[in-house]
Amino acid sequence: MKTLIDYILHLADNSFINGHRLSEWCGHGPALEVDMALSNISLDELGAARSFYQYAASIEGNGKTEDSYPSFRDVREFRNVLLVELPNGNFADTMARSFYFDAFQFHFYTALQQSSDKQIAAIAEKSLKEVTYHLKFSSEWVVRLGDGTDESKQKMQTAINQFWEYTGELFSMSETEQDMLKQGIAIDVSLLKDDWEKTVADTLAEATLRYPMHIEGGWFQSGGKTGIHTEYMGFILAEVQYMQKTYPGCEW
Amino acid sequence: MSNSEWPLWEIFVRSKAGLDHKHVGSLHASDAQMAIEMARDVYTRRQEGISIWAVESKHIHATNPDEAAAFFDPMNDKVYRHPTFYDLPDELKHM
Repeated sequence: MKTLIDYILHLADNSFINGHRLSEWCGHGPALEVDMALSNISLDELGAARSFYQYAASIEGNGKTEDSYPSFRDVREFRNVLLVELPNGNFADTMARSFYFDAFQFHFYTALQQSSDKQIAAIAEKSLKEVTYHLKFSSEWVVRLGDGTDESKQKMQTAINQFWEYTGELFSMSETEQDMLKQGIAIDVSLLKDDWEKTVADTLAEATLRYPMHIEGGWFQSGGKTGIHTEYMGFILAEVQYMQKTYPGCEW
Repeated sequence: MSNSEWPLWEIFVRSKAGLDHKHVGSLHASDAQMAIEMARDVYTRRQEGISIWAVESKHIHATNPDEAAAFFDPMNDKVYRHPTFYDLPDELKHM
């Protein structure tokens, strides 16, 4: 049961931290319309996170609620991949990070609909519709900026390159995932890599950008799935958890 | 890129099958595709629609407000143009 909760929290944390990062654009988007689009996507992600947190709380019991997990765990207990916690940077940076992650979530949720856990499969099915749009949104921006002006192309290529080393973790199986895979609950993320690479390669080709395969000799960062996070994670939690830590149990 | 470089688009939303597309507002976008996607996020995020039209504002031709008197006022005393002077049989519904 502990492993199942750990797996559900991994799914929840991915969406929660990604949603939080995108919410930081609220009021800072390059145009009002983009601002609203990013906020909508952020809310989709927070909604998916809530579904998973609620499910985890219902299994764990013990007075846990959906708020217990995002508000009262510390850095080491979060199970999100490193990619989603990286800072927003400029707009091209955020679009590159989103594009990599959206492409992953698209293939991930497509496969996760086959989970033997009915609740997880149902959340995957609902989230897939949302993520399909997220991927469309970020892909088109990658193309628009990549195939845009000299300056936008250079910034988009830099962004695509700099997040590359954080993409490997998406396809590495943690112990938790391996255990859950045996029960048919989790999916084998390593099998998604080919589809993901094709999605990424097709879009980068359309964007006239270079596929960053050669970078860093194929070495990838990892650790998020087991709670070893980047230095940015603590700052995210400091902001997210401020209210509950200052006024425990506060509601409105 | 500043907003002023993006052209203005008029957005029309069909709220459900069988109804007309209605003008809901305008927004800035660099091309038609972006206009439709932004319209989705700006005007249909509360489930307001099932179909969106986007028309670049420069393609819309409008009546001149200065000519409104000649254009529209003559109609204000033509009450006989309304089909309200007929006695309808009781069997006729929905009229």
